[in-house]
Amino acid sequence: MINEKELFEPVKTEEIEAKEYIRPSIGYWADAWRRLKKNKLALIGLYIIIVLIALAIFGPMVSVYEYDATNLNNVYAPISGSHWFGTDELGRDVFTRVLYGARISLAVGFVASFINLIIGVLYGGISGFMGGKVDNVMMRFVDILYGVPILLIVILLMVVLGPGLTNIFIALGIGYWVGMARIVRGQTLSLKEQEFTLAAKTLGASRTRILVRHIIPNAIGPIIVTATLLIPNAIFFEAFLSFIGLGVSAPVASWGVLASDGVRSFQSHPNLLFFPALFISITMLSFNFLGDGLRDALDPRQRK
Amino acid sequence: MLKKLTILMLVVAMLGTFAGCKKAAPVEEMVLKYNVGAEPQYFDPRKATGIPEFTMLLNLFDGLMRYDNQGQIVPSVAESYTVSTDGLVWTFKLKDTKWSNGEPLTAQDFEYAWKTALSPEIASEYSYQLYYIKNGEKYNSGELTNADEVGVKALDDKTLEVTLEAPTPYFTSLLSFTTYLPINKKLDQSNPDWAKSADNYVSNGPFKLTLWDHNHTIEMVKNTNYWDKDKVKLTKIIFTMVEENTTEMLMFENGEIDWGPNPPPAELDRLKAEGKVTINPYLGTYYYLFNVTKKPFDDVRVRKALLFAIDKESIVKNITKSGELPATAYVPLGVPDATPGSDFRKVGGDLFKVYDPDEAKKLLAEAGYPDGKGFPTFVLLYNTNERHKTIAEAIQRMWKETLGINCTLTNQEWKVYLDNRNKLNYDVARAGWIGDYTDPMTFIDMWVTGGGNNDTGWGNTQYDEYVRIAKSTGDQAARMDAMHKAETILMAEMPIGPIYFYTRPELIKPYIKGYYTSALGYTDFKDAYIEKH
Amino acid sequence: MRKFVIQRVIAMLITLFIIATITFFLAKAIPGGPFTKEKAVPDAVLKNLERKYHFDDPLWKQYADYIISLAKGDLGPSFRYDALTVNDIVRKGFPVSALLGFVAILISLGLGLPAGIISAYKQNFWQDNFVMFFSILGISIPNFILATLFMYIFGLKLHIFNIAGWGRWQDVILPAVTLAAYPTAYIARLMRSSMLDVLSQDYIKTARSKGLSEYRVMIIHALKNALIPVVTYLGPLIAAIFTGSFIVERLFFIPGLGRYYVTSIYDRDYTVILGTTVFYAAFLIIANFVVDIIYAFLDPRITYSTEKIK
Repeated sequence: MINEKELFEPVKTEEIEAKEYIRPSIGYWADAWRRLKKNKLALIGLYIIIVLIALAIFGPMVSVYEYDATNLNNVYAPISGSHWFGTDELGRDVFTRVLYGARISLAVGFVASFINLIIGVLYGGISGFMGGKVDNVMMRFVDILYGVPILLIVILLMVVLGPGLTNIFIALGIGYWVGMARIVRGQTLSLKEQEFTLAAKTLGASRTRILVRHIIPNAIGPIIVTATLLIPNAIFFEAFLSFIGLGVSAPVASWGVLASDGVRSFQSHPNLLFFPALFISITMLSFNFLGDGLRDALDPRQRK
Repeated sequence: MLKKLTILMLVVAMLGTFAGCKKAAPVEEMVLKYNVGAEPQYFDPRKATGIPEFTMLLNLFDGLMRYDNQGQIVPSVAESYTVSTDGLVWTFKLKDTKWSNGEPLTAQDFEYAWKTALSPEIASEYSYQLYYIKNGEKYNSGELTNADEVGVKALDDKTLEVTLEAPTPYFTSLLSFTTYLPINKKLDQSNPDWAKSADNYVSNGPFKLTLWDHNHTIEMVKNTNYWDKDKVKLTKIIFTMVEENTTEMLMFENGEIDWGPNPPPAELDRLKAEGKVTINPYLGTYYYLFNVTKKPFDDVRVRKALLFAIDKESIVKNITKSGELPATAYVPLGVPDATPGSDFRKVGGDLFKVYDPDEAKKLLAEAGYPDGKGFPTFVLLYNTNERHKTIAEAIQRMWKETLGINCTLTNQEWKVYLDNRNKLNYDVARAGWIGDYTDPMTFIDMWVTGGGNNDTGWGNTQYDEYVRIAKSTGDQAARMDAMHKAETILMAEMPIGPIYFYTRPELIKPYIKGYYTSALGYTDFKDAYIEKH
Repeated sequence: MRKFVIQRVIAMLITLFIIATITFFLAKAIPGGPFTKEKAVPDAVLKNLERKYHFDDPLWKQYADYIISLAKGDLGPSFRYDALTVNDIVRKGFPVSALLGFVAILISLGLGLPAGIISAYKQNFWQDNFVMFFSILGISIPNFILATLFMYIFGLKLHIFNIAGWGRWQDVILPAVTLAAYPTAYIARLMRSSMLDVLSQDYIKTARSKGLSEYRVMIIHALKNALIPVVTYLGPLIAAIFTGSFIVERLFFIPGLGRYYVTSIYDRDYTVILGTTVFYAAFLIIANFVVDIIYAFLDPRITYSTEKIK
């Protein structure tokens, strides 16, 4: 009798190197960084920000003029070779003052974004995630913060703490994150009902993990947009605080203060308004490109 | 549905807002548009305290005396007056004049107005203007409760008798001010809220109130019942309440207003070059206060050093640029002295140099801080304001470069700043004072020991004595002499450091003529007119 | 749902009460009062004033009196404006501010939403960059600079509008555009970001592969879900319009409620501070409440209970 099995020889096929078609698994952050690097506009934004920081730190040291050296015989001088941006109402070099102002404005911008991201995102995330009574109480607290006039709080802070940069950060920390909190809460309410959340829960993920690793990254779009767009708010809020007397005192001036002062004479001396405003806009554009890039990079749905 | 209702509601509200606008009648009008810059706090002459209110009220009302447009004080509602030999009793004979509603104006209206202004119930912030009147202060504080003991009495409908606490040579000029204006007694007794709207408002001056759109505009038209109405040429004045000085300037340049009293300092150069600025006198001094209760400002040499190191000429030439004069003493120019036509400041002369850096350095060294060594870093306080900031920054630099001392600048919100000044919670602070009336006393009596406006902690018994002498006699020569001596003491001890004497740069269209701008800050449009242009 | 509404209304009243209380004590805590003036008021006069306005009552009594009259709807007299009560101020000022705010919101939504949608649809093309550029300008130039520029260009130089004022319908335009600049830019960016998120979802691919027109895909399917973050922003949007109105009304000389909010604090006009604060807070809280309801509407999966996640 013929053994049927022997009539059949297995086809010899090459072992498929399955590994070649499987992407090496890399972490979330490494993947994000890789994607970010590919985005040219985002990189431009990042470089500009680095340049601005460098100018802020080293610029005033390198400049011929001191930021507070007055020259009453040369007030309101126009743009010239010796004063690239002209001089202000006390004859001080505007270029140096703009560079010096970068220190304050960039610091305020970064701190404000940081506070927003940490406090605002976590607060809003937790509130939306927990839902029910917790959400209710947390949002009512936000309502109270919105409702009480920030100006009163700020004046009281000024009376109690006096002027100084740290006090600006305190004032920002008190009221600045509420807009972000509301937005994140809204996103969270929606995202927590989606399937991936259910999936994560089924897999046994802890609540913290779900919130931080799943929900927040999926809300990254509005978070980044809000964070970037709130920076100029912070810059001008700081200028406003200087009006009240909280924050930096003259002759130190941030871009916000320079621009606010510049508005008052813009018909006669537009350079005093133009240059600080220009720098604010450039910073904004850079943060925006970077922000868009970050959003695309950090969004888990856009993994390629 | 809710959305539709809301839209409908808002459309109705919008229509409602516009319904309030009146269309101007096409008549031969002469209309002046003046930006008074703020909603009046009080529109009752007994209570008003601010310059915008003064401007409007002095055009609506007329007092016993009035400044004409040459700056001379002349009888207005008063026909004539006599003064007793001791200078204490003034008797006024009134003209036959009417209220804007046709009712006759009587001496009782004056008596009623002044007595109620002093009453604790009305609680007028400016009642102290009437303290010159016998028992005025006592009645106001509640020490006396019978208003009849206050020294003003209507002897009959046309005769008013006033008794003063002490001889006051400048009493005639005081009589032109708002606190001394008459009130329609009948109106006030029947409707105590008459001053809160234009509906029932009755006045006796060149103009009468026709519109009060709160926080927006006030309109007044020529009062045909005014006794001197033939002098009044304007048919209407529109007062806008634009607070922001850049907006005011743009409106002026665009022809939307004819007169802007507050041009932005940063634009002054250009505005002056374009011929848009008129510089009017303003009776006031800009100075720095020294907290004499705090080291090292308790040393007069330190105070003087700080003041002499300030280049005041440079400040008025390069920063304020409105024709101000650098200060060489405390009382500014524009206040009369004993002989008619003389000026207190000119008679008193310069009590220190405009700029004396060498003397400043010497004094500082004598005080124990040669070249500023060992001098503590202190705080220069000012209220948030463009001009004060710029001046402070310049002075901070001057002190550093000339004397080698460091100070930090602190600006504070207005009331916090006032409160700190009051509580002596500062090192050096910026201040300014505008005169309430044209006599040196408005400046001199501020610095008496413990005075309500004395924010320095300084006091000097000899100074107080000179002030007392000047207040107790009607002899101008004696008064002026005492006040000069007082000022000399003040400047020898320098608890305050005067920097410059004010002016008032204003944007005024060239076709407006005949007005009177008082150095006290208000403007009288009784004789004003608009030239064809 | 009804239980939810009732709970929220009670919460709102409690919140308002807390806001009024904090504001009251904060305002009284900061130095200076309505009668702190540079020309010092003599003590006798000050005493008269304090007696007249009950400032000499103990603080808790002043507070209690205020809360009681607040409950009755009487916001009290103004200390800065002798001729006005706070009720007058709110009654006259609010319709003006509401009109201005309403027009500004119309502009922000009317310009911002389409801009964001187009931007997302044409991602990285010139339309996207165009919108991006203008929205950056809108965000980085604060409203007081915009206002001055507008007044200068359209008022002084081109003579199209009056510099400032309120009374003709044209007077709304410059201030409303100034107010709307920041929110429009924000909404455009938010909308774009949100649309991009939604467009990358699977169900959009499904819709497209089913052969639906782009229009249907974008508007019927994508838009509804993309609107959620924008709707969330409506609450802060209204708040931003309010805050912006304080400056815009002052600059453009508009007799609205916003002007009073800041100046009352400088004047220490306590009743006006409290009146405007409570009024604005009530408005905001109601707005947020309405927003929350709209959410649940837009995304049927959203509930406000805690049952799902435990």
